[in-house]
Amino acid sequence: MPEYLVRLVQVHESFRKAELEALAELAGIEMEFISYSEDSPFCIISLPSSDAAARLITRSILSQGIYELWGHGPTYAALHTSLRGLSPEKWSPHRTSSFRFTLDSFQGSLSPAAQRAIIESFSYLPLDGPIRMKSPTLDLCVFEAYELHAASPRSVYLGALVAGSGRAAKTTFDLKKRHYISTTSMDAELALVTANLALAAPGRLFYDPFMGTGGFPVAAAHFGAVGLGSDIDGRSIRGKGGRDVRGNFRQYGLEGLYLDGFISDLTNSPVRGCMGENGGERERGAWLDGIVCDPPYGVREGLKVLGLKEGRGEGRKDLTPNIREPGYIPPKRPYSFTALLDDILHFASLTLVENGRLAMWMPTANDEDIELAIPTHPCLKVVSVCVQPFNKWSRRLLTYRRLPDSEVDRSQLIPKREHGAGIHADELNDFRRK
Amino acid sequence: MKILTLNFLTCARKACKATNAAFPLHPRDAELEIVETDLNPLFIRNILPRIEWDALREICVELGLPTLPDAAPEPAALFAEPIVPADTMQDADEGAEKQPTQLLQDLHRLLLETTIATGKLVCGNCGHEYAVKEGIANFLLPSHLV
Ligand SMILES: [Zn+2]
Repeated sequence: MPEYLVRLVQVHESFRKAELEALAELAGIEMEFISYSEDSPFCIISLPSSDAAARLITRSILSQGIYELWGHGPTYAALHTSLRGLSPEKWSPHRTSSFRFTLDSFQGSLSPAAQRAIIESFSYLPLDGPIRMKSPTLDLCVFEAYELHAASPRSVYLGALVAGSGRAAKTTFDLKKRHYISTTSMDAELALVTANLALAAPGRLFYDPFMGTGGFPVAAAHFGAVGLGSDIDGRSIRGKGGRDVRGNFRQYGLEGLYLDGFISDLTNSPVRGCMGENGGERERGAWLDGIVCDPPYGVREGLKVLGLKEGRGEGRKDLTPNIREPGYIPPKRPYSFTALLDDILHFASLTLVENGRLAMWMPTANDEDIELAIPTHPCLKVVSVCVQPFNKWSRRLLTYRRLPDSEVDRSQLIPKREHGAGIHADELNDFRRK
Repeated sequence: MKILTLNFLTCARKACKATNAAFPLHPRDAELEIVETDLNPLFIRNILPRIEWDALREICVELGLPTLPDAAPEPAALFAEPIVPADTMQDADEGAEKQPTQLLQDLHRLLLETTIATGKLVCGNCGHEYAVKEGIANFLLPSHLV
C-alpha cells in the first residue's frame, strides 16, 4: 500500500494515534502505522489510495493535513536517493502543473538562505509548470525534524499535499466565541476529539448524561450526529437570558441536530432500558450509538447524588439542582467517583448498540496522587486510553466499544452492585495503589 | 420534548422500571407545538428499528395525533427505491441519497417536529407526574420516591 505522511499537531500527543485509528475505522479504511513517535509531528502510515487519505483526514482535529510520501531518509542525501527511486507515476501527471515548495521544520531554525538552498536542491525534479504560491495544483512540502538544539535534522521527508484536515473546527467552536458556556466546559478542541473517538457521524444518536452547557452534543453534531443530553441541574439546560443549550446548537447552524435536553440524575435515570434485566427492567433493545461525557468529580469529598442519607450534611452547592422547581428540595447522599464510573459503564453496556462507543473523561489519580484504575465491564472493550497532563494533575479520555453480545463473556456478568446506601464516600473509593 | 425522546424514557423510579406500566409515560395537559426542522432521512432510518412502536402508537392516540399503522414500517418503505441495510458508513451514505417517501416525511413530522412544550408526563404504574416546561422535562425524584 502507498505511504502517506500525516502532519500532526504537536499537542495532545497521546490522542493523535487514537484519533487516526478512530477515523480509519469510521471510514472503513485499512490503515497501518509505518512510523509514529510522540515527540514528532510527522507520522507515516500506509493507506490504499489518496482518495482514502482524503477521507481519513477530513475530520481530523489533531492533524493539519495528509501528504503523499515522495521520499524520506535520515539525511538530505538519503532523501534525494529515495526520491530518485520514486515511481514516475507520482510526478509525471504534474509535469506541467502549477506547483510550489514549502518547508516545514520541526524544532529547527533555518535562515531564509538555508531554506532556499534546500528547496533549490530539488530542482532536478522534472516539474516544468509555473510556480504558484497560492493554491497550486501540486503542493510539495519538505518536512524536517530536529532533536532539540541539534544542528542537523534526524529525519527529512518530501510529500505532496493530498488534503487538509478538519482542524478549522477548533477555531469555529472556540469557547471564547460561544454564547453559552460554564467554567466546566471542555475546550472545543478536545470536545471535538472526543466526538471523533466515539465515532460521531450522520444518522447516529449521541447522548451526554452530564451535558452541562452542551459542549459534547454540539461537537457530535458538528460531525453530523443527533445530540441528546441531560443534566442534574436544569438551570444549565435552560440557561439564562436567551443563552441556553439550544442556542449553542443554533449558533453553529446545528439546531436540527439537537434532539432534546432533560433534567435527570444518572442514579435514577428515566432512560429506557438502563437498568437491564438484572435490574428487573424488560429488555427493550439498545438505542444509543455513542455516549460522550465528562462526569463531575470531586474525589475526596465524594460526589453528591439525589437521595437520603441520614446523619450527613448537605452536598456541594454547584450540584444543588433546581431550587426553583416547585414541590421539594432534593436531599443528597455521598457518591464515590468509582461508583459513578461503574454506573456509567453499566448504563453504557445496556443502552449502546453493538459497536457503539463510550468516550468518557476521568482524572488519572485522586488528589492524594493515588492512581485510579481504569474501570472495566465485560460488555465494553477499551479501545484507547489518552492522557492530558496538566501541571499538577492529569486526566484521561477512555474510549470503549460495546461488544456484540456474541463476544461478551457472560460468566463475567454479575448483577450490578448497589452503591452508596449509608456508606461514606471514602470507603467506596477503591483506588489501585501504585 | 420531542415525541421521539418520549419513546426513550420511562418512569425514573427503580421500582417502576421493572413494570410494563411505567412505559411509555403518558402526556397529560400537554401543549403541543410543531417546531420545523431539517429532514434527516439517514437518522430516521437508523432510529426506526430502535423505536418501541406500540408505545409510539399509544402516545399518538393519547395526543390525538394521526393513527399509526399496527406494525412499524420496514426501513425500505422510507425511500422511493429499495436500499441496502445500514451496516457500514458507505451504505449509509448511499441511503441518504434516495428519495424520501411520504412515510418518511410523516415520521419526521411526528418524531422530530412534534414537541411537548408544556405539560406533564405521568407514570402508569405509580402515578407520579413529571413536569415539562419550555420543552424540558424534569425527572428528578422527590426524596420519598428515591
Ligand atoms: Zn412510576
